[in-house]
Amino acid sequence: MTQVVESGVAGRRPARLGPFSGVLRWRPLVALLGGLVLLLAVFVLDVGLGEYQISPVEVLQTLVGGGDRAQQIIVLELRLPRALTALLVGAALGLSGAIMQTLARNPLASPDMLGITWGAGTAATTVIVLGGTAGSLAGALADYGLPLVALAGGLLTGIAVYGLAYRRGVDSYRLVLVGVGVSALAGNATYWLLTVGDVNEAGRALVWLTGSLNARGWEHVVPTAIALCALVPLTLIGAHVLGALQFDDDTVRGLGIRTDLTRGVLLLAAVVLASIATAAAGPIQFVALATPQIALRLAHTSRPPLLSSMVFGAALVVGADVISRTAFGSLELPVGIVTAILGAPYLIYLLIRRYREVRA
Amino acid sequence: MSGSLAVGGPRAAEQAAPGGARLRERRRRRLIGIAVLVVALLVSCVLSVVVGAKTIPLAEVWSGLFAPTGTENDLIIRELRVPRTIVGVLAGAALGLAGALMQGHTRNPIADPGILGITQGAALGVVLAIYTFSVTTLVGFIWFGFAGAMLGALAVFAIGSIGRGGPTPVTLALAGTAISFLLQAITSALVLTDQQTMDTYRFWKVGSIAVTDPSVIPQVLPFVLIGMVLALTNAGGLNALSLGEDVARSLGHRVEWSRRAGIAAIAVLVGSAVAICGPIGFVGLIVPHVARFFTGADYRWLLPFAGLLGAALVLLADVLGRIVARPSEVQVGVMLAMVGAPFFIALVRRRKMVRL
Repeated sequence: MTQVVESGVAGRRPARLGPFSGVLRWRPLVALLGGLVLLLAVFVLDVGLGEYQISPVEVLQTLVGGGDRAQQIIVLELRLPRALTALLVGAALGLSGAIMQTLARNPLASPDMLGITWGAGTAATTVIVLGGTAGSLAGALADYGLPLVALAGGLLTGIAVYGLAYRRGVDSYRLVLVGVGVSALAGNATYWLLTVGDVNEAGRALVWLTGSLNARGWEHVVPTAIALCALVPLTLIGAHVLGALQFDDDTVRGLGIRTDLTRGVLLLAAVVLASIATAAAGPIQFVALATPQIALRLAHTSRPPLLSSMVFGAALVVGADVISRTAFGSLELPVGIVTAILGAPYLIYLLIRRYREVRA
Repeated sequence: MSGSLAVGGPRAAEQAAPGGARLRERRRRRLIGIAVLVVALLVSCVLSVVVGAKTIPLAEVWSGLFAPTGTENDLIIRELRVPRTIVGVLAGAALGLAGALMQGHTRNPIADPGILGITQGAALGVVLAIYTFSVTTLVGFIWFGFAGAMLGALAVFAIGSIGRGGPTPVTLALAGTAISFLLQAITSALVLTDQQTMDTYRFWKVGSIAVTDPSVIPQVLPFVLIGMVLALTNAGGLNALSLGEDVARSLGHRVEWSRRAGIAAIAVLVGSAVAICGPIGFVGLIVPHVARFFTGADYRWLLPFAGLLGAALVLLADVLGRIVARPSEVQVGVMLAMVGAPFFIALVRRRKMVRL
């Protein structure tokens, strides 16, 4: 029961619901709902398509407990965990990117740029290349060892970047530059490791580095889901000050916000989100960088909208998973390749379209 | 930000008494800085010829350079180390210059000259060369790499400049990133489906200035020189642009032309460097920031500084790479990051940054 009050500011109508009040703006809301519909559609497709086709209606029936035995096994045991991993990873990357771009006031800032995913990548590549057989170990080590190592690498890199950028507080410009330095270090270490091992290990490491959802089961979904369920609400609550953090530091302090504390906490949240996503599916690049920018252009907001960035990130990764599993016959391309092939043209289209509008 | 950016020439401002002394002081510091850099570059050139995996006595280095008799050591000096030094200077200077231009035109401190689609375009060109024609020699790579770099830059520039007002910093950066990722995805797809390609590509990817065939130098030299001239003539336009586009326009600068010349210079410089050495990423990103500490924001000083610094840095990193893992070598791209990144981070922590 929203009760709309006339306001003097065009396009910003106050909305009140009992004790809660806020600003109701249609465009971001429509973008978010559209994104959710898109996400549901690609998710159903991802679960339904494959060697054994299941129609969208049957997919939905199976998900709520219907369907025959074969469908239940295929959906619940094989495809659902993988699709869920894709969804969670995409959402985490989208949110992480949106926070970082706002904090750094830079559209190029993303977990890849700040060295987080590279740190995870270096750690994982070390295990694959130098561990001899560790990369191909079956069982617990392959399931938990590599993700844990990647998680540790990402977190340590994030902490290192923050610590190195800290000098009587963290200035966002310095943070970005330190991140780039650390990122270069980790990235080059990774490339060097690729030349050290033999070509099979290098190939395996490269698949992991591209980001792959191959053979992802419930054991990947559960930890990722738990981490996200804890983090996302916290982040969204903490992010109410993000709007103010997009101004320069003196202004933010003038508004009475503890810059270093809030920035530190939000940055840590973004780092953890990106590290968890990387641990689950490898460093899927481009999602964290592009989806916040896509969401921003669709929602017409001044900074990347958090919820929409999450939804579009999830939709991009799930959609890419559909294509990577089904488009190339028996050959399965790593999902990280497809995210770029899907996302890049769309971002370019949005860039072009905005300029047409300006010209018109 | 105390840099006087009087576009009509700062001489008038320098006559003013209190500020004049400071400006003269700054000019002196810049001149000393340039002199120090020239000396550093010469020293690194000498080191690059003298130091290597094989220890050659100084006397033999001398005779190898000026009175060759055809011994094995003479061959090493003349066929390997001298070309390698020349390539290092060219690539380093090109990348340093291109990085300064890139950050100036995008107004973004983390805009690597590679994100204009140049590096990834070159990588795709090289991978296509390996994949379709089984080219594995450097001479074969060069033109594929160069063509890929140019096409990548052209695509980014075309997308970034659709609409009135030409390319803006944000569209350039985002279009460049999007295209780069797209090209990278195609490259990865090719590399992952073919082990032979993968094996050659992973070594190219690291970046190295150890040329196996000196004949590539005269091939790319004209391009690098054209790029350098273009870059240096871009300084005035960049100074105006750093005041904001509207101000630059009202001062009578032709912003679009300045942008086009700048992007062309970046494409030619980075394209040449990547074609010879592979993607050496770090130099273009870091060098401009380090140079800015010494020169301030004036691009007429910043550009030559960045060029010299880039050349010296690449050579020194390469020399170190020959020493650390004897008898094998660590590629220059890796060494640059290992040595350069900590230094850069320390610098960022220590100094008040000059903002873009």
